[in-house]
Amino acid sequence: MITEQIVERLKSIMGSEKRILLEKADLVSYSYDGSFGAYIPEIILQPISAEETAGIVKLANELKIPVYPRGRGTSLSGGPLPVHGGMVLDFSRWTQKLIIDPEDTVAIVSPGVITADIDREAQRHGLMYPPDPSSSHVSTIGGNLAENAGGPRGLKYGVTKDYVLGLEIVTPEGKIIRTGGRTVKNVTGYDLTKLIVGSEGTLGIITEAILQLIPRPQATQTMMVIFDDIIDAGKAISAVLTSGILPSKMEIMDQASIQAVEEFQPIGLPTDVDAIILIELDGHPIAIRDESEQVKQVCLEVGAREAIIARDEESSGNLWKSRKLVSPAIVRKKPTKISEDATIPRSKIPEMFRRLQEIKAKYEIDLVVFGHAGDGNLHPNIITDKQDKEEMKRVEKAVEEIFTAAIELGGTLSGEHGIGTMKAPFMEMELGEAGLDMMKRMKKAWDPNNIMNPGKIFPETKGQRLVLVHD
Amino acid sequence: MTSQLAYKETFDCVQCGYCLPACPTYVSMGKERHSPRGRINLVQMAAEGKITIDEITESLELCLGCRACETACPTNVQYGKILESFKQVKRAGAPAPFMENMALQKALPNKKLLASMRASLRAYQKTGMDSIARKSKALSILPEQLRAFEEIAPAVEMPNKQLRTGILLPECEPKARVAFFTGCIMDVFFAKINDLSIKLLQHAGCEVTVIKEQTCCGALQNHSGDTGTSRKLAKENIAAFEKGNFDFVVNAIGGCGAMLVEYDHLLAEDPEWAERARVFAQKNKDVSVILNKLGINFSRELSGAVTYQPSCHLLNVQKVADDPVQLLESIPGITYVPLPKGDMCCGSAGIYNIVHYEESMEILDAKMEHVQKISPDTIVTSNPGCHLQMCLGVKREGLEEKVRVVHIIELLAEACGIDHK
Repeated sequence: MITEQIVERLKSIMGSEKRILLEKADLVSYSYDGSFGAYIPEIILQPISAEETAGIVKLANELKIPVYPRGRGTSLSGGPLPVHGGMVLDFSRWTQKLIIDPEDTVAIVSPGVITADIDREAQRHGLMYPPDPSSSHVSTIGGNLAENAGGPRGLKYGVTKDYVLGLEIVTPEGKIIRTGGRTVKNVTGYDLTKLIVGSEGTLGIITEAILQLIPRPQATQTMMVIFDDIIDAGKAISAVLTSGILPSKMEIMDQASIQAVEEFQPIGLPTDVDAIILIELDGHPIAIRDESEQVKQVCLEVGAREAIIARDEESSGNLWKSRKLVSPAIVRKKPTKISEDATIPRSKIPEMFRRLQEIKAKYEIDLVVFGHAGDGNLHPNIITDKQDKEEMKRVEKAVEEIFTAAIELGGTLSGEHGIGTMKAPFMEMELGEAGLDMMKRMKKAWDPNNIMNPGKIFPETKGQRLVLVHD
Repeated sequence: MTSQLAYKETFDCVQCGYCLPACPTYVSMGKERHSPRGRINLVQMAAEGKITIDEITESLELCLGCRACETACPTNVQYGKILESFKQVKRAGAPAPFMENMALQKALPNKKLLASMRASLRAYQKTGMDSIARKSKALSILPEQLRAFEEIAPAVEMPNKQLRTGILLPECEPKARVAFFTGCIMDVFFAKINDLSIKLLQHAGCEVTVIKEQTCCGALQNHSGDTGTSRKLAKENIAAFEKGNFDFVVNAIGGCGAMLVEYDHLLAEDPEWAERARVFAQKNKDVSVILNKLGINFSRELSGAVTYQPSCHLLNVQKVADDPVQLLESIPGITYVPLPKGDMCCGSAGIYNIVHYEESMEILDAKMEHVQKISPDTIVTSNPGCHLQMCLGVKREGLEEKVRVVHIIELLAEACGIDHK
């Protein structure tokens, strides 16, 4: 319970009462994110300094009130959902610090900075911040760090964790500590930086990050490869990636997504095909011209019908636009989209396609496959209607089976969205009892009172299951 | 009562948050409840009885209605419909104040009344009473917001009567038959822009008719939840414009145009009118679309850096983005400079800047920061409300000597050597 006394104490911690929200319209507005479920918190605080954050957390720890850090709430796994009420810490207003240091090639940022703004500022110095989740024009870097977000460029450049050199964090006991630093090499002690990134706000709150930037590639070249059989598309991905060339992006669209796009906004994609792969190469203009010819040959050898190299920026723009249109196009059929991000080793891509086709037929669901094929991070999307309870029950089973398939093939539950609430029930399946127990012990050591984002990552009861709709 | 909320539509929102950076009130106020996603959720919760209409009112009423969120939305949520349903429910629960009703239901659709308002306003400006009133501080009894707008009120001109009667022939080979929609407030404060639009249409090869029976478009009434009055006006307009066999119905007002192209939604449930509304809605075009399509010949070279602040309703509802920019880029002599975050509302939003003055000024000040970055000589607008707001912005920044604000039509006419007289 947040009593008046507690509110008074919070007022003395926060620099402005305007950043303490208690009205009902506010409380319900922080009850959701981009995933499923709604949980109403008791208070929302919008800190804009490490001191404010530390003060709040210290108080919460003293009184054992759950604390739920949040960026702009684009999470697809339930990361910021306040499942046990308590306080939501909204960091979206803490956008003040975005410093590019071109000599050290680092960016120093406060947690509310929009991810795409970092790359945009870096570009002014000929640099790049590679992680590019689809929501990067909305999402905060704090949320990206907490969930270890990734995007299409993950294929060549990796994900958020690969670009974090140092952090400032507030511990669950309200202390401000720094991890890592601003050097590429740093082996002093345990790598707490890597531990915190991707810990989904369960071990501490990130209040500042030092990010590694890299030289920006001079040019890009896009191509579209067309397949009569999606299994061949899977083979082509492996063939390209073992040919000595590493594209910056390899995105797949299956027949259902191509048709949906063409019905929605005709762009001129071929609709009589089973799948297409969009490939982007980046680097020196002469090098990528040569490489795109090689990629074309490799694809044709494994059975691609055709490989078309985009002539100019306009035609590449059109191709990437079609990829962006998949989401709006597929939800025209039914409003609810469940976007999974189970990830498998590259060699198992064709097998995973086969499994997904089986699951789709078995549960009679609308399942569309598109996404970052190159890194095995397929996005099977189930299109449904959350008001249709009978269908949602089938969807729950289908999702469970997708996770099982991914793990059986040596993959993982989540490539880039995080575990949150949605995938917590499946953790033991991937990690085993002892593996999960080690994680729980770490959590206990950091956060003895279990106040930091409780209810995430770990299943709360034995045999917990995925529930998308409550009866 | 809450059963009239657009509940079903709220489920189209997948809560991805892509609308957040596009929403001027979310950006300026920094709270989820002032974002489109927040507002959609609040309407859904109100429809489910989990929160009262009163509790969600502040959030919904602070929405500008610019509908930039619809353009940003990857799942085609009909935000406008959701917002309107709230306004209707709100109005049913607590009718709007008497004066607001008078203004929206009686004054705007009344031509004689508007004409006399125009005449008095003109006299007030012509006799120099305005400057006397300002100097003597007689106006300081007005609340700050009204005073602010009195100071930037444009010089009112009488409409050119010759342009409002009969069929006006094109200047060249006839290319299209168009009817011109004058709008109500537009023809009071900006009759000159209507006159110039008509002349430019003639210049581009249009046969132009100004139909007498036309009336107010009904947009402001619809935004305040008085859908009944809007439907009535829509029917009057459809009936009026059906009389001639026109290729297009053309207007120079982003906000009115947006209402006109949505008459099909407005009358969708009315079997007698649905089809007629659909046909009418399709014929409505912004003047920039027609001029860009038919092409115009420039005869003068202009100069300076020109930027464009689009009307939200032209951009997000009528989906007209490229035509005004292409026209501006084609004007000889000028340099077109895109306005950073130009797709963000200026905070004018109908009567928002009067009703929610402080919030509106915060949005405007953010807009002017972007204007300052590119220091243009001219700001081009495409709707009278935005026009006044940008004038106010220029004044607040003390840029009156450096920056002029014009409607796109004024600039095109200037470059074509077309005079208003």
